[in-house]
Amino acid sequence: MNAILKNDILNRVMTQSDKNLGDIDYTSMPDEHGHFGIYGGIFASETLMQALDELRDAYEKISTDADFQAQFDADLAQYVGRPSPLYFAERLTEKVGGAQIFLKREDLNHTGAHKINNTIGQGLLAKMMGKKRIIAETGAGQHGVASATVAARFGMECVVYMGAEDIVRQAPNVYRMKLLGAKVVAVESGSKTLKDALNEAMRDWVTNVDDTFYIIGTVAGPHPYPAMVRDFQAIIGREAKQQMQTQCGCLPDALVACIGGGSNAIGLFHPFLEDRSVAMYGVEGGGLGVDSGKHAAPLCAGSPGVLHGNRTYLMEDKNGQIIETHSVSAGLDYPGVGPEHAWLKDIGRVNYDAATDDEALAAFHTLTRVEGIIPALESSHAVAYGMKLAATMEPEQRIIVNLSGRGDKDINTIAKIEGIEL
Amino acid sequence: MSRLASCFAALKQRSRKALIPYVMASDPTPEITLPLMHAMVEAGADIIELGAPFSDPMADGPVIQLAAERSLQHDTSLSDVFALVETFRQTDDSTPIIVMGYLNPIEVMGYQRFAERAAASGVDGVITVDMPPVEAGEYVPALKSQGLDPIFLLAPTSTTERIKKLADVASGFVYYVSLKGVTGAASLDVSSVEEKVVEIRQHIELPIGVGFGISDAGSAAKVASCSDAVVVGSAIVKKMTLNDGKTEPERTIIIKEISDILSLMRLALDSL
Repeated sequence: MNAILKNDILNRVMTQSDKNLGDIDYTSMPDEHGHFGIYGGIFASETLMQALDELRDAYEKISTDADFQAQFDADLAQYVGRPSPLYFAERLTEKVGGAQIFLKREDLNHTGAHKINNTIGQGLLAKMMGKKRIIAETGAGQHGVASATVAARFGMECVVYMGAEDIVRQAPNVYRMKLLGAKVVAVESGSKTLKDALNEAMRDWVTNVDDTFYIIGTVAGPHPYPAMVRDFQAIIGREAKQQMQTQCGCLPDALVACIGGGSNAIGLFHPFLEDRSVAMYGVEGGGLGVDSGKHAAPLCAGSPGVLHGNRTYLMEDKNGQIIETHSVSAGLDYPGVGPEHAWLKDIGRVNYDAATDDEALAAFHTLTRVEGIIPALESSHAVAYGMKLAATMEPEQRIIVNLSGRGDKDINTIAKIEGIEL
Repeated sequence: MSRLASCFAALKQRSRKALIPYVMASDPTPEITLPLMHAMVEAGADIIELGAPFSDPMADGPVIQLAAERSLQHDTSLSDVFALVETFRQTDDSTPIIVMGYLNPIEVMGYQRFAERAAASGVDGVITVDMPPVEAGEYVPALKSQGLDPIFLLAPTSTTERIKKLADVASGFVYYVSLKGVTGAASLDVSSVEEKVVEIRQHIELPIGVGFGISDAGSAAKVASCSDAVVVGSAIVKKMTLNDGKTEPERTIIIKEISDILSLMRLALDSL
């Protein structure tokens, strides 16, 4: 990166770090144009600006609208099945021999992952705005399934864009989406993964902007998406905080969550940001190892840039081209990350690290055998890191690992890696 | 006066509409772009839009997406684009050149350094698709400090408020996106273009160029009748797939096809 720009960014970061972290008002982020420090913003083409303004206005309206919030809460309770349990993984804790490990069971939500929290919120918003058609991008297929589910429930047309490579990796989810009535469009451009699906969904949106609502599945994209998706997912952290209080009478000592775009992580972290005693760990897809270059860990090994409407950490080359990522988990295979995570990294509030493909696969088996819970490959990264972290902590300490999704969708991938024919 | 401003002033004096072809640098090969640029001027182009490739061209349809992929096979960078313009300027000091692309390559180079290098090479204006005025607080001054025109897009969905805001920062000309969609779409509605151009003129004094969805001499003429310039991209970039462009004879075929399209458009614009 250009030295001047880099210095400029570092200067601004330094100014933030100089402040006592306790003085930062986390609830004030983002600013009115969607900035988290130097990150976030609205880097979108003029063809989308009106739609984004309209969305921002609608979102601001429902943020304080009691009727909307009541409807959202009712749907989360009766349709999604919330609250999701906070489960003390006793046998896993014993095996690791350190801090007590609790699992926030987002895998038990309707459709099997945290993604539904957000699609219910955006689906209700789409309905309120009078939109008849929903589009979505998907990587692992969980967000696509959650979007197709909401579209079916609200009687809306649904088109899901999915990288051609991911369609092969996540065949069961593709069929689920089709059963739910969605049209799944294979994206053949670029690296044929999540980022290209997002590009294609944006192109659909500018073309059909009048009647279409674009449900972005993570805390990325132009403002207001990062803030809006975070707010819909923050139910995870609010529940976890209350559950820990009820079950143990205290706050957890640490939180661990996997990070692709970062929506399950921000959902867990955000309600705890002001609790200084709670350490937080975001776990990126380390692929074959961060040193190998074949990974999906922009916060660990990327640099700031602009993609998909916001400034954030990216996997990019010296010319500013986005480079291909690698992760065994389709849901983590994304070269960017939500801008709020970029900001939280720079100010030092959250620690970002990575778990490799092998570590995630080992954790997948451990959790399955020891607790009888089959985790999604994405969540397996958090489980792997959580086990490592717990081993370094004391038995009276407690960590919450966000089990963001269940692993049924991944059994074909696992079998293939292990040379088993189903 | 900037090269763009004097170009539009001269065109106005001659009651001539500007024809602005868009080609991606190094598409399909690095060797074709320089002779192609000169040939396009010969065929009647007044201004050239030179695409700088980006791996994730969100606002572009399949034709320009593939052009970017072909260009990136040669690792085309902003430095390559500047080198190309510098060479072009050795024999053509009057035709304005606009670099069009996405923000991230510029972000990585740094706004000021980008502006200095662009201006030094002979670039006149810059269109950055994903840089709206609201984020352009440091970008516009960097460009203007080097005498570069920041060109911004307006769309059918642009509100009066945003048209007015754009008037404060834009120079050179205003690029009106003629339809709701991506580049190369086929749903051009000339009467709605005319309506919007009239509205834009109430707030902005700059010349107005119209692009997206202009596929032939007929549509170019219709759009030109209500604007100052027409931008044609996908319709000529399609010709890059006629062959690999690896040999001189192959490149000659592509250049001739594109020149023919532009000559017809020139003729149509001049008969208005």
